[in-house]
Amino acid sequence: MNSHWKILVVDDEIAMRESLAAWLREDGYTVDTAASGREALERARQTAYDIYFIDLKMPPGINGIETMIELRRFQPDATVVVVTAYATVDTAISAMKEGAQEYMVKPCNPEEVSAFVARVIKLKNLQRENLYLRKKLSRQYTFQDIISKSPRMHEIFELVRAITSQRSTVLIQGESGTGKELIARAIHHAGDRSARPFVGVSCAALAETLLESELFGHEKGSFTGAIARKRGKFEVAAGGSIFLDEIGDISPKLQMDLLRVLQERKFFRLGGTDEIAMEARVIAATNRNLQEAVEAGTFRDDLFYRLNVINIRIPPLRERREDIPLLVEHFIGRLAIETGKPVREVSRGALKLLMDHEWPGNVRELENALERAIVTAHGEVLEVDNFDFLASSPHRHQPWEVPGDVPLSELEQRAVMAALERSDGNIKAAAIALGVDRSTLYAKLKKYGVPRRN
Amino acid sequence: MLLCLQPFELIAEPELGAMERFAAHRFACGIRRLEALPLPDVALDRRRDQFDATEVLRTALAACPDDAARVLAVTERDLCIPMLTFVFGQAQLDGKAALLSLARLRPEFHGLAPNQELLRARIRKETLHELGHTFGLFHCTDAGCAMALSVNVAGIDAKQDALCDDCAVRLEDRIATLGLRSVRPRSEA
Repeated sequence: MNSHWKILVVDDEIAMRESLAAWLREDGYTVDTAASGREALERARQTAYDIYFIDLKMPPGINGIETMIELRRFQPDATVVVVTAYATVDTAISAMKEGAQEYMVKPCNPEEVSAFVARVIKLKNLQRENLYLRKKLSRQYTFQDIISKSPRMHEIFELVRAITSQRSTVLIQGESGTGKELIARAIHHAGDRSARPFVGVSCAALAETLLESELFGHEKGSFTGAIARKRGKFEVAAGGSIFLDEIGDISPKLQMDLLRVLQERKFFRLGGTDEIAMEARVIAATNRNLQEAVEAGTFRDDLFYRLNVINIRIPPLRERREDIPLLVEHFIGRLAIETGKPVREVSRGALKLLMDHEWPGNVRELENALERAIVTAHGEVLEVDNFDFLASSPHRHQPWEVPGDVPLSELEQRAVMAALERSDGNIKAAAIALGVDRSTLYAKLKKYGVPRRN
Repeated sequence: MLLCLQPFELIAEPELGAMERFAAHRFACGIRRLEALPLPDVALDRRRDQFDATEVLRTALAACPDDAARVLAVTERDLCIPMLTFVFGQAQLDGKAALLSLARLRPEFHGLAPNQELLRARIRKETLHELGHTFGLFHCTDAGCAMALSVNVAGIDAKQDALCDDCAVRLEDRIATLGLRSVRPRSEA
């Protein structure tokens, strides 16, 4: 059956449009007609036709080529046949230049029209099949919202599948922006704990005492301001998973407390006397090299071994560049909808630029870069120019005058302050600009004693 | 079910008779021959020396008696529509009227010797094809089925004067839905 293929015949002469429509309907196509360019555009805005037969001369109003140009603005894939009784080389060139698939001089041989329609339908069937297969392939590359075809990532997916229903603690290591939380969520959602809560805590974002209260909860009156009993994250996550992000940043005291919880699998609320069983699965993550921290004596080795029962190391994006085209396609698909922009793809040159970039901020940086490019883009294709900001990014290997006599910590502090100033105190924007996540930025603010604005 | 045959200008008896016998057999219907009508002037495209099929079909429909379930018009003149250089015939999809031109079905039109048997075979196939459209049948992808689209006489000659199983069932269903009594010929059963 051909009825799902829709054709619009546009001609100001009723005899012409009705007879062609009737002839095409005998093939089973769904055929509508329009008596002018304007009517055609109105109809096309409501229905995406597969083929448009548009007469070149349609007085008064807009002619066939103008109709086609306007149509292509909102239906770039439309197949257009420009039909004319008065063929000239100029109109033929202009029709083809503006994107007509065919230029037909009426009257045409029925064989010619029939063969053309059959060819277009065959092509569209192939396009649909291609789209279906690509979606199928993309599902193969997708695991719980994580997109990758890298063998290393697929090993991680396998490991995640294998450990989902275990209780062992997991330590996820990877640079900022590699998707540590996504892996943690995947472990949670793919397993038998998925119906229970997944509770995330950014250990770097909170001061020590606050973090203690966040994790273990507190009893009423246990400290100034504790006006009511509060359940901690360990309690809330009972039966589910607790995700301790930036675990490398916790204080020695908290390291000790956490070790005790992991060993004894029970804890007390601050100021409390009731013992509470720890029933959450602990998934910890860090962008630091904890092994080095252990060797340097800043992180307890016994806690490290407790956490590191199952170790997952997520490779940085620069070590799995084969994922960049997949990720670009995925993000464009999502961001184009979110931003309401008609962007569909990146040009070959722009993709090469993205493939060559170092991506110190990893997948998150790539996503941010695409969002910035899409917001400023005008056409359907992101060109190299749309990524100019990458070339001027401090992360690129661009010559940059760095004062060689300033302590590193001061440089970092200055960068943090500058980013905050530029973002007018907006933490998210400052974190994006610095290529770190918010929890890392909070940790820096704490480290440099920068007060948080409300 | 009553099918009216509407000649436009003179149609020779062997050809008209072939249509009549075939339609009566295939659709198990009564046939009434109507008085020949002149082709409408408005249908003539002088530049192309052809008649516009849509206009001729409209005239046939207007002249069709009320008690006829279908009208099959026939002409010796060559037919066309504005977009196409010619058509063998035209029909109202799921409608009342169908039209057939004998001009291109004749081997003489293509510079060949007359061949009555071949002509009658083509008439049977196109009669079934155009009437099939009036019962809602679309073009069929089976090249041997009478409902296959033919864009030249070679295509017509490659078809049978019968429907494929699928189209035959659809035709029966449609006739039953319309409440028109019909018997499926044994050759297609």
